[in-house]
Amino acid sequence: MTSDSIKNNRNKNKNLTKWFSNIPFLRESQIMKIHYITGVGALFVVAIHIMMRLIMPFNMSLEFENVILNYKNIFYALLLESILILIAIHGFNGLRVILIEIRQTQIWERAVNILVIVAMIGIIAYGTRTIIIANGFSLG
Amino acid sequence: MMKIFKKDKTKEIRNERPLERERLNKSTSSSSSSHNNNNNNNQSLRTLRIFRINAVKNPNDVPHFDEFQVPVKRWTTVLDALLDAKSYQDSSLGIRYSCRMASCGSCGMKINGIPRLACYTKISDLDTNTITCEPLPNFPYIRDLVTDFSKFFDHHRSVMPFIQNKKADIPDVNELSEYQQSPQDLDKFLQFSYCIKCGLCYSACPTVATDLKFPGPQALSQAYRYFADSRDSDKSNRLKVIDTSHGIWRCHFAGSCSNVCPKGVDPALGIQLLRSHLLGISNSEKKIAKLQDRSNNNNYNNFYSEELEEEEEEEK
Amino acid sequence: MTSAATSAKRIDDNNSKNDRTNREGLRGWLNPIIYGWERVSYWFQRLTGIFLLVYFIGHVYETSSLVSGPDAWAAMLELTQTIGGHLFLILVIGASTLHTVNGIRLIFTQSGQGLGKPGRPDYPYDPTSVNNKQRSGLWIAFILAAVAMLYGANVLFSGE
Repeated sequence: MTSDSIKNNRNKNKNLTKWFSNIPFLRESQIMKIHYITGVGALFVVAIHIMMRLIMPFNMSLEFENVILNYKNIFYALLLESILILIAIHGFNGLRVILIEIRQTQIWERAVNILVIVAMIGIIAYGTRTIIIANGFSLG
Repeated sequence: MMKIFKKDKTKEIRNERPLERERLNKSTSSSSSSHNNNNNNNQSLRTLRIFRINAVKNPNDVPHFDEFQVPVKRWTTVLDALLDAKSYQDSSLGIRYSCRMASCGSCGMKINGIPRLACYTKISDLDTNTITCEPLPNFPYIRDLVTDFSKFFDHHRSVMPFIQNKKADIPDVNELSEYQQSPQDLDKFLQFSYCIKCGLCYSACPTVATDLKFPGPQALSQAYRYFADSRDSDKSNRLKVIDTSHGIWRCHFAGSCSNVCPKGVDPALGIQLLRSHLLGISNSEKKIAKLQDRSNNNNYNNFYSEELEEEEEEEK
Repeated sequence: MTSAATSAKRIDDNNSKNDRTNREGLRGWLNPIIYGWERVSYWFQRLTGIFLLVYFIGHVYETSSLVSGPDAWAAMLELTQTIGGHLFLILVIGASTLHTVNGIRLIFTQSGQGLGKPGRPDYPYDPTSVNNKQRSGLWIAFILAAVAMLYGANVLFSGE
């Protein structure tokens, strides 16, 4: 390789890392405000979700038809969606905090940030799929 | 001069050669009462188990513990016992100390599993026959009980631990002015200024145990000390330094720092108060102090009124 | 001290393999007892948080069996509605109650509420922040978690 091509490669790498580090992440104080708000929000929605299990005998509430009926109720479906979003954000942010306290190399921190965001989006998407399909389910 | 001091057994033992001393120690221990005897005139023997390492001369040195029998009286501190062991049994023992009165913060070490000041910890309070002395955790070893404080001081420097005020006209000697501060203003930060940088809080903190970039409770409480000082005007730069992914938000209020602090600095309180400012919950504290001064005492008008007017204009 | 410090190797941020670092590491986290109730709260908040995150992921996966029809749902129920499953769920109930109540306490304390005010420290230099007023939040969390677990056990094992 010529010295020019080596220099070009180095510049490309620098641009990549520069772009990477310029991704507009939130300030830590903003992230923690979101963490507190999602925590308090999750408390209310999860409390309602648990109470729904207690409005009828517990075993009855787990029967397929009763569960589907719950999902067909649009408000309950929205409640489940909000639980999904709030707890995914709160939980994975907490995991991110624990993981970045364990190791502090740049690669590790970036990997943790990316994996946590991917995991958050993944679990929200997977849960939303369940809610949408169950909402559209027709009981025989 | 010797006649002024009462001739007691301790002096006799100290003046003997080591082998003789050991013989005397054995005879005194067999004739003395139990180890937990708190009588002023009686002394007992306790075992000091001291961590030994020489990391500077030999980086591959394997740490080990050495045990020493030391005479202990009711008011004997751990530092007294360590110095006794160093003076009469093993002069190679590495100990850092200075004031011997909990004022300098030099003699911090882990005593029976908890970070404490050796000069401030009485052996009679420890209630064990064997006292284990180890270097402060989370600080690199230098030798034996002496640790490296460079990183600790680097963290302290990173929060800019000095008054910053753009209106200071110190070079202008013709118009000397003073920062006037009421006792209420002083009380807002005074306890945090009592920090002696002993490092006990840094050792006790669970976040410092794993997070190398975390500044530690001492630096963060000093950030609050200067933030809360009414003479300081540079709030934003200091807050930017600590509002990072390894800054103040990695404190989880485990409270260990306040539990071990020997001077009542209560770093946990300072950190949580600073967080409340960052969260926007109590950001009016400083302004309220200034408003009170303006209304209560006309002497402050000359200094504060201009600054207050400028702040009000900025807000508008 | 300066010459010893400069001759001693300075610690790099990434130099975690240096034995001279003397960092407690995860052992520092696993010692909840010697430093007081707040350290116990820190430990439980972390443990319950990780436990609940794992449960959450499992729960989202478990409920997704709905989309495969009643047979798949019944098969999933057979797996989870066992004595072991109920006991696990009771732990989840306790963990979520503890994490929630302690979390609310932490939101207040980490905003500077309930910690007392700065003042002039005097011997015996007891810190104001580690007071029983805010600690009682943790004790209440433990009590409520126990009550919730008992109630949950009653509901799960009686089937009502």
